[in-house]
Amino acid sequence: MNKKKRIIPGFGISMGITISILSIVVLIPLSSLVIFSAKLSFSEFIYTVTRPRVLSGYFVSISTSFIASLINVFMGLALAWVLVRYDFKGKRFIDGIIELPFALPTAVAGISLTHLTTTNGWVGQIFYKLFGIKIAYTRIGITIALIFIGIPFVVRSVQPVLEKIDIKYEEAAFILGADSKTTFLKVIFPEILPAIISGFTLAFARSIGEYGSVVFIAGNTPYETEIAPLLIMSELQEFDYSAATSIALVMLAISVVILSVNALAQGIVSKRVNGKI
Amino acid sequence: MKKRILSILLIAAIGASILGCGNSKSSTNDISAKAEGEGGKTIELTNVSYDPTRELYAAYNELFEKHYKEEFGDTVEVTQSHGGSGKQALEVANGLEADVVTLALEGDVQVVADAGLIDDGFTSEFDLDSSPYTSTIVFLVRSGNPKNIKDWNDLIRDDVGVITPNPKTSGGAMWNYLAAWYYFEQQGQSESDILDSIKKLYSNVVVLDSGARGATTSFVENKQGDVLIAWENEAFLSLKEYPGEYEIVVPSVSILCQPTVAVVDEVAKKHETQDVAKEYLSYLYSDEAQEIEAENFYRPSTKEIYNEYVSSENSDTITKIPEDGKWINDKITLTDINHFGGWKKARATHFADGANFDSIYEE
Amino acid sequence: MNLRKENKALKYFLIIISFIFLGVFLILPLIYIIITALKNGVAAYVNAISDEYAIKAALLTLEATLIAVVVNTIFGVFAAWLITKYTFRGKKILSTFIDLPVTVSPIIAGLIYVLTFGRQSSLFPILDSYGIQIIFAVPGIVLATIFVTFPFISRELIPVLTSQGTDEEEAAALMGAGLFKIFKKVTFPNVKWALLYGIVLCTARSIGEFGAVSVLSGHLRGKTNTLPLYIELLYQGYDFTGAFAASSILVIFAVVVLVLRLVIEKRGEKNLDIKK
Repeated sequence: MNKKKRIIPGFGISMGITISILSIVVLIPLSSLVIFSAKLSFSEFIYTVTRPRVLSGYFVSISTSFIASLINVFMGLALAWVLVRYDFKGKRFIDGIIELPFALPTAVAGISLTHLTTTNGWVGQIFYKLFGIKIAYTRIGITIALIFIGIPFVVRSVQPVLEKIDIKYEEAAFILGADSKTTFLKVIFPEILPAIISGFTLAFARSIGEYGSVVFIAGNTPYETEIAPLLIMSELQEFDYSAATSIALVMLAISVVILSVNALAQGIVSKRVNGKI
Repeated sequence: MKKRILSILLIAAIGASILGCGNSKSSTNDISAKAEGEGGKTIELTNVSYDPTRELYAAYNELFEKHYKEEFGDTVEVTQSHGGSGKQALEVANGLEADVVTLALEGDVQVVADAGLIDDGFTSEFDLDSSPYTSTIVFLVRSGNPKNIKDWNDLIRDDVGVITPNPKTSGGAMWNYLAAWYYFEQQGQSESDILDSIKKLYSNVVVLDSGARGATTSFVENKQGDVLIAWENEAFLSLKEYPGEYEIVVPSVSILCQPTVAVVDEVAKKHETQDVAKEYLSYLYSDEAQEIEAENFYRPSTKEIYNEYVSSENSDTITKIPEDGKWINDKITLTDINHFGGWKKARATHFADGANFDSIYEE
Repeated sequence: MNLRKENKALKYFLIIISFIFLGVFLILPLIYIIITALKNGVAAYVNAISDEYAIKAALLTLEATLIAVVVNTIFGVFAAWLITKYTFRGKKILSTFIDLPVTVSPIIAGLIYVLTFGRQSSLFPILDSYGIQIIFAVPGIVLATIFVTFPFISRELIPVLTSQGTDEEEAAALMGAGLFKIFKKVTFPNVKWALLYGIVLCTARSIGEFGAVSVLSGHLRGKTNTLPLYIELLYQGYDFTGAFAASSILVIFAVVVLVLRLVIEKRGEKNLDIKK
């Protein structure tokens, strides 16, 4: 391995700068999380992170994030497709505002979405009067907020890959007699699948941890609409640091698992695709 | 083009690093400037308080700054911080440099004291358990009281939606909970019956916000629920901000809420602001300050001023802010925290992990 | 030209769906913010945004954003360079750690700095003796902002650098070029759009960060209140007009950043066309 000498200069300085900034910003602070939760014994730790209310918090966070990210996969795919394949008025505009959920403070997003979706809000009253569905202060509301914050991840993952797919393949498939559905499923879909997975996992991971926009719209009823990050906040406000850090540690572990699953999926998918070709 | 982008980046980098350095310097300078008091000219004071006191301290700081200038010749600049009382206490305990804390309850000040920042005996440092003003818990309902809510037992009716914050995160919400408890206790219920009633009450809660202000916003702005259990001062503020839309219903019994103030001794020592901090809090008891507190719908502790604001009608339903300014309902029976054995005991019995409040949400 | 028959119905269906989706989820909240901001008239709006504390908050937000973007750009360029141009052990772990902050809840991001630099930390007495305050002060806000946007730039650069390979750089190195010369002459021209996009993302996200900063700020009015926190403060003070007016400042920031990107990109495309 190391026999092949590094030809490009600057390994030392790049490594040095990367590691030192990484340590100050990420590694040292994260390790204090581990140190603090180590103050509990293992059984206490397990008890703290498996209390029914905490479990329900994880469940609410994970289930709403999953649904929101799934919706985002379909909408994100549609948006990316529209942006890459079609020409129409206002395309640049749409392309430009995709990042808006990044830029809008989550609290502002939360406040305005709540106002829009309460039973007397612009959108909320339509749903309430026509279907009797309440949006704000229910899990539907949480899902709406998470769709909002997650959409750029999927669009921006899929879009560049879609741009790169050579239209000749599709034309070839078409000449060979494939209809557009088959072309999409057999030619395009395998190419963009890794991007879809990575968009989904990023949106999912970001949603699970989301706090700012969700607290406003959630209603925060225990066992119903109480999300895991809010539980961390309330443990903190009860001055229970070890409980807060324990729950935080579990959430961190979930993040790591999601990232690893993504990495694994990327590996498998790219192997399968390359293997076929 | 390439060059231009590169040079823009470079300039931005240099600019920001200068800014960064300048900034870290200025933040350290801040502290020393505070400590020096700039040769006795300008003194900075930080007051960390809870949610509903924003309007009160905005008015009081102006009064105090004028008073201090006249009395001692120095200019005081007060920086405010507001948030949920528990969260604020925790931040001070974690190193938020507050010279004084003015929190929703003694228990939260105790947290700062437990961190070693406030000397023992802070409740006797100022008069009346260091509570210059008090408040109580009342109901806010929509105009005309459509659900005919009169007292605590109406809150456990099936058709009533209640808004109250989470006692785990909000000081005001703990008072709400305890006031409700006291009512059912007065009805002669046994402890398990009281717990059932409380359980019923919280099952009627539509939105369990994390702070008192959030709850008020849910009720007032987002029109959730039929009744808001609120600080008296918050309820009056809503009447003032939204005339004609809400009514206050005074229940038969409630609780005397004593927000507690204290000098954060360690921080004040470091900033050399002990004297100003002490003056800042004791001036809260002056007649001028008591007037301001009463105008902001806190119950003043000075008897004469309190009496000035006692309503002649003592009506159970208040539809608008009285024109003569006399808003205090003196008829209401108030219990206090001592009834629950003090904050330490109340917290352990009701609000700790696995205690009464947690049990009402268990299946 | 295009051999495939375009399915017109599908095309318009997708376009319409996209417009409806973005309209409801992105545009409607914006319209709501602007209408509420102007509800009490333009004078009230101007009054709200020219408030002393609003301006201080906006400046603080800009300052934190600028520092975060610069730090992350330096880090992102070096990290992406390191990961794509060299082989070494632990590369996978390193890139996982770099990506981690995006998936960490902002609340946890704030919490870890409180644990590391707060009074109960063993670092606190050392920092305190030098009079350095990190949390509940500006440095903490900057750190939190850096954390939440940490991998944004390296994530944009890595795919581009990977697809470029190392041949060109190696050739340049063999011809005797130094690190910075290689980067400037060989690598930079290839990655500048990716870098620009990364910077745009980083700026956008920094401007709006709320959760992590909220845990770390201490909410000292005029000192450590960033614009998003200031908005929350106004909102809870029944000043909805003020809150939405201040929000509109952020919306304008965000739109300016996004438009700037489009303009620069367009100019870049034109330059390319001319060269061709």
